[in-house]
Amino acid sequence: MEPMPQIPMLSYDVVVIGGGPAGMAAAAKAKELGLNVLLLDENDYLGGILPQCIHPGFGIHYFKEELTGPEFAARLAKRMIENGVEYRTSARVLEIRNYSDLEKVVIFTSPSGVYQVWAKAIIYAAGARERHAFEIGIVGDRVAGIYTAGEAQTLMDIYGVLPGKEIVIVGSGDVGLIMARRFALEGAKVKAVVELMPYPGGLARNVMILRDFNIPLYLGHRVVEVRGKGRVQRVKIVKVDENLNEVPGSEFWIEADTLVISAGLIPSVKKLKKIGVEIDPSTGGPVVNDRLETSVPGIFVAGNSLLINDLVDYVAEQGELAAEGAKEFIEKGGIESRKWVKVEKGANVRLVAPHYLSGDRDLYLYLRVSRPMENVEVRIPETGKKVRLPVVKPAEMVRVKLRAEEIRKAQERLTVEVVGA
Amino acid sequence: MRKTYCFTCIVCPLGCAIEVELEDGKVVGVTGHTCPRGEEWAIQEVTNPKRIVMSVVPVEGGALPTVSVRTAEPVPKEKIAELMKFLTGLRLKAPIKIGQVVAEWEGIKIVATRGA
Ligand SMILES: Cc1cc2nc3c(=O)[nH]c(=O)nc-3n(C[C@H](O)[C@H](O)[C@H](O)COP(=O)(O)OP(=O)(O)OC[C@H]3O[C@@H](n4cnc5c(N)ncnc54)[C@H](O)[C@@H]3O)c2cc1C
Ligand code: SF4
Repeated sequence: MEPMPQIPMLSYDVVVIGGGPAGMAAAAKAKELGLNVLLLDENDYLGGILPQCIHPGFGIHYFKEELTGPEFAARLAKRMIENGVEYRTSARVLEIRNYSDLEKVVIFTSPSGVYQVWAKAIIYAAGARERHAFEIGIVGDRVAGIYTAGEAQTLMDIYGVLPGKEIVIVGSGDVGLIMARRFALEGAKVKAVVELMPYPGGLARNVMILRDFNIPLYLGHRVVEVRGKGRVQRVKIVKVDENLNEVPGSEFWIEADTLVISAGLIPSVKKLKKIGVEIDPSTGGPVVNDRLETSVPGIFVAGNSLLINDLVDYVAEQGELAAEGAKEFIEKGGIESRKWVKVEKGANVRLVAPHYLSGDRDLYLYLRVSRPMENVEVRIPETGKKVRLPVVKPAEMVRVKLRAEEIRKAQERLTVEVVGA
Repeated sequence: MRKTYCFTCIVCPLGCAIEVELEDGKVVGVTGHTCPRGEEWAIQEVTNPKRIVMSVVPVEGGALPTVSVRTAEPVPKEKIAELMKFLTGLRLKAPIKIGQVVAEWEGIKIVATRGA
C-alpha cells in the first residue's frame, strides 16, 4: 500500500505511541540515547492513567519516594520535556504500517488535521483497556449508572463528579479497593465489594481500606444481574462454589444506584494485531524478546500493553528497556542474538514475559502465579536459578533478575516454576 | 473490657497475621508478628491509626476542572471525615504548582499533587 501523499509527512527515528509512564520513560530514554523522538497521546494531557490515580503508592523503586500518580507523571513529563522530546497530545493514532524493517508509518489525527510520520522504530505504549460488565457475564437492564473503575475514577478525580451515592463494586483487586476508598471518602456509601475468588485480589494495605470504612466484602460471590428503570436500582449477587459454579438458592439483592466494574485490564493491542504482531494468550500482550521487540522487527512494546503491571515502577523500567532496544535496532539494522532461548511456563506460573532471551544481557523476568502460595521458590532448573519468596499472590507481579551467564546455561528453552521451598 | 483486634501486617510483604489484645483501651498483648516493626505498627494501628488523605478540589481557570491534593502527613483516622468536609468547601484558582501548599487545616498542610 502506498503512503497517502496528500497528508502532511513528518519523519523521526522513533515514534512513541502513548504518553503514560511507559511511553514517557521510553521517549525520555530514547532522546538521552541520541534518537530523534516524537511521542503521541490521544488524551489532552500527558500521564496516561496516572493523573487520575490520586492516591499515594507510586514510585517507591523508581524514584525511591512514595508519590501519588499525578506526582509520578509530572516527574516523568518534566524529564522528558527538559530532554527536548517532541510530543503531541490530542493526537490519536489510527494506524500503524510496516513497510520494511526501517520504514514504518504511523498515521494520527489531531486538532490540526491528519498526519503521517515515518519512523525507523516504533515504541507502542498504549496501555490497557478495562473489562466491562458484559464481558464478565452480568445481564439485565441497560441502565445508566454502570461504570468501569477507570471511568468512575476519571469522573471523580479529573472532573470532580461523584458518579453515584450507593455503590456496589465488582472486584477486590487494588483498583476496586482504591476506588472503594475514594467513594467512601467523598461521602458515597459503598454497599459491597464483590469478589469471585475465595481471597481478596488486592494488596493487604489496600484490603485494610474495607475495615477503615466498614465496607462489606463478599468473597466467593458474583454479581449476575442489574435491574433498574433509567438508572441502576438493584444488583443481584450469588454465591459460587470452589469451581466457581453458582450455588442454587444463594442469590440476594443489594439496592444501589451505581455498579462499578473493576474486573481486570487487558493489554490494548488491536493496532498491533492488525499488522500481524504475535500475541501471547496468557498475557494478552505481544510475544517479545529481551529488548521488548515484538514479532514484527522494529516494533517495541512497554507497560500495560506488554502485560498488566501492578507497579508503575516496572512500567517505566520497561519503557527505558524498549528505548534501548530501539536504539540498537536503528544502529545495527536489527536486534542481534546468537540464539534465542524460549521461556516456558512451569508449575504455578500463569504468565511470564519476555518470551525469548538472548543470553547477551541481564534482564528482568516478569511473571504472575495462578494461585496464592507461601514460602516458595521461583526456580529455573535449566539455569540453576532459585529465588526465595515469603508469599506469592496472583495479584502481585513477581520480578526476577536473570544474569546473562545464567541464561546461557540453558540450551533451547528454560522453564520458570514457582514451587514450595 | 477485653478486646482483640486481628489484622494483616502491611509493613512488609510477609503479611503476618497479627492479634492485638486490649484491656480497657490499653494494649496488653501482641501476637503473630515476626519482627518489632510489625509490633510497633500494630500497636499504633489500634491505639492511634493514621492515614494520608487524598481528594480533589475544584479549581478555576486551570486546564482540568480539579486539582488533586493530599495531606503532607498522615491524619488521625477519626478526624478524616471532618477534614473531608473542610476540603469539600475549598475552592482554588489557577495557577497552582504541583507541591504547592494550597490550604492548612488544624496544622496539617494540604499539598497540590497536580498542577493547574
Ligand atoms: C486505579 C489504579 C490504581 C493504581 N495504583 C497503583 C499504585 O498504587 N502504584 C503503582 O505503582 N501502580 C498503580 N497502578 C498501575 C499503574 O498506574 C499502571 O501500571 C501504569 O500507569 C500503566 O502505564 P502505561 O504507560 O502502560 O499505560 P497508560 O497509563 O494507560 O497510558 C497509555 C496511554 O496511551 C494512550 N493511547 C492509547 N491508545 C492510543 C492511540 N491510539 N493514540 C494515541 N494515544 C493512545 C492513552 O491515552 C494513555 O494516555 C494503578 C492503576 C490503576 C488503574
Ligand atoms: S510483623 Fe514484621 S515480618 Fe511480619 S509482616 Fe509485619 S513487618 Fe513483616
